[in-house]
Amino acid sequence: MNPLANLPLPLAAGFAGLLALLIVGSLAAVVLPRLQSGRWADLGPRMQSWWLTCLVIGGALLAGWQAFTLVFAFISFVALREFLTLAPTRREDRLVVLLVYASVLISYWAIWIDNYAYFLVIVPIYVFVATAVMMTLQGRTDGFLATIGVMHWGVIVCVYNLGHVAFLMRTPAAEVPQAGAAGLVFFLIFITQFNDVAQYVWGKLFGRRKISPTISPNKTWEGAIGGFATTAVVFVILAPWFTPLAFWPSVLIGTVLPVLGFFGDITMSAIKRDLGVKDTSRLLPGHGGALDRLDSLMFTAPWYFHMLAIFGLERF
Amino acid sequence: MLQLVRRLILVLIVKPFAWLIIGLDVRGRDQLPVKGPAMIAANHNSHIDTLLLICLFPSSSLTAIRPVAAADHFLKTPLSSWFYQRVVGILPITRTGAGRSDVLAGCKEALARGEILLIFPEGTRGKAEEMGDFKAGIARLAEQFPEAPITPVYLQGAGRVLPRGARILVPFNCSAIIGAPFTWSGTRAGFMEQLKSTIETLRKDAPPLRWL
Repeated sequence: MNPLANLPLPLAAGFAGLLALLIVGSLAAVVLPRLQSGRWADLGPRMQSWWLTCLVIGGALLAGWQAFTLVFAFISFVALREFLTLAPTRREDRLVVLLVYASVLISYWAIWIDNYAYFLVIVPIYVFVATAVMMTLQGRTDGFLATIGVMHWGVIVCVYNLGHVAFLMRTPAAEVPQAGAAGLVFFLIFITQFNDVAQYVWGKLFGRRKISPTISPNKTWEGAIGGFATTAVVFVILAPWFTPLAFWPSVLIGTVLPVLGFFGDITMSAIKRDLGVKDTSRLLPGHGGALDRLDSLMFTAPWYFHMLAIFGLERF
Repeated sequence: MLQLVRRLILVLIVKPFAWLIIGLDVRGRDQLPVKGPAMIAANHNSHIDTLLLICLFPSSSLTAIRPVAAADHFLKTPLSSWFYQRVVGILPITRTGAGRSDVLAGCKEALARGEILLIFPEGTRGKAEEMGDFKAGIARLAEQFPEAPITPVYLQGAGRVLPRGARILVPFNCSAIIGAPFTWSGTRAGFMEQLKSTIETLRKDAPPLRWL
């Protein structure tokens, strides 16, 4: 069976647009360094990483919820591994760290069997308590709160929050005649990344007043507000093609989602500054680590899911 | 035949496994030797270090890669002896009761054959994520093979993945920071000093390690 044969039109258009952007970007990565040598050196590796990301996630979206769940479980694991490598942990807590990794398997198992109730409670109730139990049994008290805080924060952002993206793929097709579950997910990821790019472009063009010089000196009010407004307009225009949202709910989500993306981004920046690193790893050349790429999505995904559950979907 | 199987195991099992568990972060890969005789000198905290170093190289180099490892640890039974020497490709070295025979004879033969030795000059894994004193055997090899470059490597993180005495692997990203190769400098003390201080310097390029 050819999965492309019954691809909904908005999704097909979305993929075509993405492909066009990738090709334009790759051409720019070849041409620009020749025009201004030195200035565009990291564009080439950056575009290669974009190709890889788009092929993996786009391919998984086309292949269906099974492949997508596996790919996202893997992404959650890689993000968590990066987080637990950089954040402080104690020698005695190796097995607690292993339990936190196991929560990836357990949470994604709940997604696999389509059990929303399990998914909702596994991390905030069971993993939360189990990490505390294991650490108290270990008995070491110095650094206890800091370490358990690291475990909980890591598992929430990397497993619980990102898991919502994978669970969105389980939306029944009948509820989203627009572009299917894959359309909902595509739209979330697209809008989140578009928002990052829009803020960057507005900031480059008009950025003057810094929002938070201590955390992220490149973020400006002009960049943020220009980016938010652009993203909101694009969201409201495209929402009817990808989501079952009515007009006013789409205005609400389109307005708030980019702000959440911004805060996801600078939250990770604050954490990186606290830990004394510029990038969380060098997994994606030109971008940094998985956490550097996923930071906005970690905040937008659960809220988008929640809003769809309120305004659009019966299933959740 | 065995070489083909080794290479397949490396590409299909060992490298993906390493990527999953230790997510290898490599800096300065182009400094690695492409052919022997050569020596890689790295700090040592875990059996994972050997895995890390082997995975730095393309699988085509596998036949030339010889991790120098303790005979008392790896040659305990005939089966482990066969496995570590023939499959992993270790070069066993006697750590205790050297007597009058040259403990480095095997290493010298390997260098003469043009192989790439992986050497942990600390001689033992020591405490997790701490560097111990270096033993001078590598200086004697460098003196005898002055044309063989020594590439210093700082390894970080393997002591968390599998510290000495632990049985369970816990995934953490590991880093390998590879420095510029150098050759025999004339004196053993000077050589050892250069080696140790280079690896200490490479350590500064590694991501911060917070293991409380």
